[in-house]
Amino acid sequence: MSVTPATTRESDAGEWFRHFRYVMAENPVTLIAFCLFLMLLVFAVFGPAITPYDPLASETGNALQPPSWAHWFGTDNLGRDVLSRVIVATRLDLLIAVSAVAISFAIGSVLGSLAGYYGGWTDRVVGRCTDTIMAFPLFVLAMGIVAALGNTVENIVYATAIINLPFYVRVARAEVNVRRHAGFVAAAKLAGNSDARLLMFHLYPNILPPMMVQVSLNLGWAILNAAGLSFIGLGVRPPTPEWGIMVAEGATYIVSGEWWMALFPGAALMLAVFCFNLLGDGLRDLIDPQRRT
Amino acid sequence: MGGTGKLSLIGRRLLQAVPSLIGIVIVTFVLTRALPGDPAAYFAGPAADEQSIAEIRTALGLDGSLPEQFWAYVTDLAQGDLGVSISTGRPVVEEIFERLPASLELTLTGLLLAIAIALPLGILAATRPNSWVDHLCRVVVTAGVSLPVFFTGLFFVYVFYFVVDVVPSPIGRLDIFSLAPPRVTGFYLIDSLLVGDFQTFGAAAAQLALPAITMAMFVLAPLARMTRGSMLQVLGSEFIRTANANGLERRTILYTYAFRNALLPILTTLGMVFSFMLGANVLVEKVFAWPGIGSFAVNALVVSDFAAVQGFVLSMAILFVMLNLTIDVLYTLIDPRVGIEG
Amino acid sequence: MKRRDFLKSSSLLMGAGVLPLLKHVPAHAAGREDTIVVVLANGPNSMDIHRKGTNRPSYAIAVNLYDRLVGYGSKTLANGTTMYDFETIEPELAESWELAPDGMSVTFKLRPDATFHDGSPVTADDVKWSFDRAVSVGGFPTVQMKAGSLLKPEQFTAVDATTFKIDFIEKSKLTIPDLGVPVPIIINAKEANKHATADDPWATEYLHRTPLGGGAFKLERWDPGQQVVYTRFDDWKSGPLPGVKRVIIREVPSASTRRALLEKGDADVSLDLPAKDFRELADAGKVSVQGAPIENSMSALGLNMNFEPFQKKLVRQAVAYAIPYDDIFEVAAFGRGVKMNGGTSFKPTTTDWPQPFPYDTDYDKARELLAEAGYKDGFEVPLSFNLGLADWSEPAALLVQEGLGKVGIKSTLDKIPGANWRTKALVEKSLPLHLKNFGGWLNYADYYFFWVYQYGHLFNSMNYKNDEIEALVNSTLKLEVGDPAYKPNVLRMIEIAFDEVPLIPFYQPFLDVATQKNVSGYEYWFHRQLDARALAKKS
Repeated sequence: MSVTPATTRESDAGEWFRHFRYVMAENPVTLIAFCLFLMLLVFAVFGPAITPYDPLASETGNALQPPSWAHWFGTDNLGRDVLSRVIVATRLDLLIAVSAVAISFAIGSVLGSLAGYYGGWTDRVVGRCTDTIMAFPLFVLAMGIVAALGNTVENIVYATAIINLPFYVRVARAEVNVRRHAGFVAAAKLAGNSDARLLMFHLYPNILPPMMVQVSLNLGWAILNAAGLSFIGLGVRPPTPEWGIMVAEGATYIVSGEWWMALFPGAALMLAVFCFNLLGDGLRDLIDPQRRT
Repeated sequence: MGGTGKLSLIGRRLLQAVPSLIGIVIVTFVLTRALPGDPAAYFAGPAADEQSIAEIRTALGLDGSLPEQFWAYVTDLAQGDLGVSISTGRPVVEEIFERLPASLELTLTGLLLAIAIALPLGILAATRPNSWVDHLCRVVVTAGVSLPVFFTGLFFVYVFYFVVDVVPSPIGRLDIFSLAPPRVTGFYLIDSLLVGDFQTFGAAAAQLALPAITMAMFVLAPLARMTRGSMLQVLGSEFIRTANANGLERRTILYTYAFRNALLPILTTLGMVFSFMLGANVLVEKVFAWPGIGSFAVNALVVSDFAAVQGFVLSMAILFVMLNLTIDVLYTLIDPRVGIEG
Repeated sequence: MKRRDFLKSSSLLMGAGVLPLLKHVPAHAAGREDTIVVVLANGPNSMDIHRKGTNRPSYAIAVNLYDRLVGYGSKTLANGTTMYDFETIEPELAESWELAPDGMSVTFKLRPDATFHDGSPVTADDVKWSFDRAVSVGGFPTVQMKAGSLLKPEQFTAVDATTFKIDFIEKSKLTIPDLGVPVPIIINAKEANKHATADDPWATEYLHRTPLGGGAFKLERWDPGQQVVYTRFDDWKSGPLPGVKRVIIREVPSASTRRALLEKGDADVSLDLPAKDFRELADAGKVSVQGAPIENSMSALGLNMNFEPFQKKLVRQAVAYAIPYDDIFEVAAFGRGVKMNGGTSFKPTTTDWPQPFPYDTDYDKARELLAEAGYKDGFEVPLSFNLGLADWSEPAALLVQEGLGKVGIKSTLDKIPGANWRTKALVEKSLPLHLKNFGGWLNYADYYFFWVYQYGHLFNSMNYKNDEIEALVNSTLKLEVGDPAYKPNVLRMIEIAFDEVPLIPFYQPFLDVATQKNVSGYEYWFHRQLDARALAKKS
């Protein structure tokens, strides 16, 4: 999740950092989200090293125990420690979300900008392809892809990337299309900039703010998508800990009173999605040229 | 310019839908055939032998080569025949006809609910950026989108049905002892009102409440955030500043100028939101035993019921193409910048 | 495709408005007290059990809306659950029957006053047509008829209006019991023939949607994927009149909702709950939970002979010693079952089936056997299970994975969806290590061996082949249980199964059902569907 494209204008790091501090100070929610994000990163990096128990080791004599001092988040139906599983799952979940979004962002923004800038055939072909994807109810398409290719982590990432692609294309296309005849573009053109240069340095930065909103939403959605797939049995393979599958499994235990199995991974999942979403808003402020001093 | 240019643009847009429909037909076919498993073996039942599996394969038309199967599929399609679902044994057209209104009623109710809450929230947040109202809006709507819908749904069922007992049992569109109103639109809320049956209307509305709220919660965030974001952008733009400087009334500026311009990205979002809702539908329908098209598709997918999956996806596709067309047309009508090139 | 054609077809699609609509029947036709509300995971997908692709829940339609010639008696188990009695065949539509002196045919006398739901009398011609249909339509019904040596229409004769005769091709102990399974239903042939066509001589299209039977219940409505409603057929003659006027069977996909509905009193009967819920409901005591071990069934681990290490008996035995049986029984079956581990001897003494295998968790022994077989460092193997059965097989698979890990066998879990499962496990038989739970309808050990241990048969997903088993099953399958050769033959089969362990059983699962305390008359059936005929409800 790099924000470097936004800083391509000749601004030095110091100024960027001042702006960062300004945004954070003005927007406490973003600050909280940013801290949350750092915390998630810590868990993702050091997760396996800091778990109190082996996240895969079952202990059936100790199954379905409510939270206690020994097991802060309780134990699941096989007696595995829920806390350890929630911590270890962080890495996989972030990996799924970030790689899926990175793929669709990279491909989608480029295709969309090209379509929006050149119009004509480029636009038509790109438009028809995205329409075709859009024409599927997206979750069902993801289900179809995962069902057809098999339920592995990679396929979940690809499926998520594919279903998110059209949004990037559409947003990028719309933004570029609206601006391609704007005064500053015409000026840049007259100054002898090539199309590629124009697109990359003058139009592309402009589509970033709306794209960032999209990225932030999609990071969360990617995790939710994986969770939904788990709920219908197409998620990550057991026994790998993953928040979505833990919530999906735990959800069936709510009525019988074992709320901790769904609640804690659900809370972790919610925090992560929450953090991505809020962070997206923050990022938008951070890179929005209109708010720069 | 203007009128005719826009009209021809709309006409072109309609034409453009055709290749994507063809694309859909192909993708659907490929995707369903890529599904693992042999539906013939599955439907031959537990005690079937080789021969009965082969018989079923022939009956399903799965013994031909892929091009042959595709040709058969396309020719049937051209006659409006979507085939017979092997899992329910009924024509797919009939299944969709019966189930689509259930899904649409749920989705549209959820969507209206979400719009009714999200747009005011978004505008409110945009007019007071970075105030506590803004932060609260963010936190509230974001919380809604941050939970998997099936979890929210099950949690609601647990709290509002099992513990507090303020909603009826989550077993579909009507409780066990109510009967469906005579079908006109297929939307129980409308059909029951058409015959003046307020009891059934109440029963249907009660069943609809929880799943619709679950769905609405899921899409509050994208709508509210997009509203806020684009309102902010528009409010910060030059023409609003000019309008402000000219001393126009704040309300007029906000609703007439700013909101109209801010609608564009919101509209784009709306299409996406609708699509996401139909996806979420699959999960919500499963939780609330809602007899819609999404739950039908999941079941069909798991058993590789080709005809049903194809029919489902195709009808969705037509729905979406129409929706996107409408959005594009609205986009064209609202945005003076689009289409001037004509 | 031309655009115009496409638009035409899509408008056809959207405007297909001439379809049967939901019927508007006056609400509250029968009161709550005369009605039983059943919730289950999946409902029927056809009203015709003879149809290709008919699912298991549809067997209940055959049971409740149709009659057979004969039925089974019932018995009460030690835990109070009522269960069908495999050993007593009772009259249903047939008032009486008589075996020919040479034992090569049987003649049935039909009840003279029996009628179909439309009021027309049931005749031997209807029976003949129905039996002809079952052996002719192919697929599952034909296979099931074949199990009872009922192969071709020439075997069936309508002697007069109320006399029906079956000629045997061979003597088999399975013939008469096979007439009591859900398949040989008696259909109203006169009515069905009105809907038969040259392409569809057995009126499968019509019967798929419309039952034409004379069973204890009539169909009030069927909303596929949602609900089925039965109403009592007050002129039913083939047994005691059902205790309730109306049965509403509602599909509720979420198991926790099914449990909640029952606990809240909104449903009277809840089927298809996970074992855990049944145990907790039974412990809580608010509702009544009835269960019986499923006859002729085991939840087990299959070892495929195509997978090289499993070709060695020692490896298979090592695996059998590396299974944490008690843990599996606890977290997969939640105690709702009969343990199949810890048998005392490799020499069986009874023909009971299933019976505990002589294995128990013993990791040292497993390691020893593996070393002896030349797999000291273990091997890697995928462990597959059916997504549709995940509620018990997923925890079981995880524990098997852990147990095998302790002796150096690394396994990766593979969750396979329904359609693919059947192909991979049963048709291609390509899963090296997999969880399965076959159950035979006819309760004989040799019948189980026929399906599961004979080479090439559908449920022999292990590709197991043993010449002695082949010979034993072939010679035993049709023997009467009283035959002197029967017992030694079956004992020998079981002994081989113990020693060779291509299939490692964990436990014999229960079939449970939870009902309100005022509901009585639940009976366990081998077909595992709800027989609503004996249900009653105290207000």
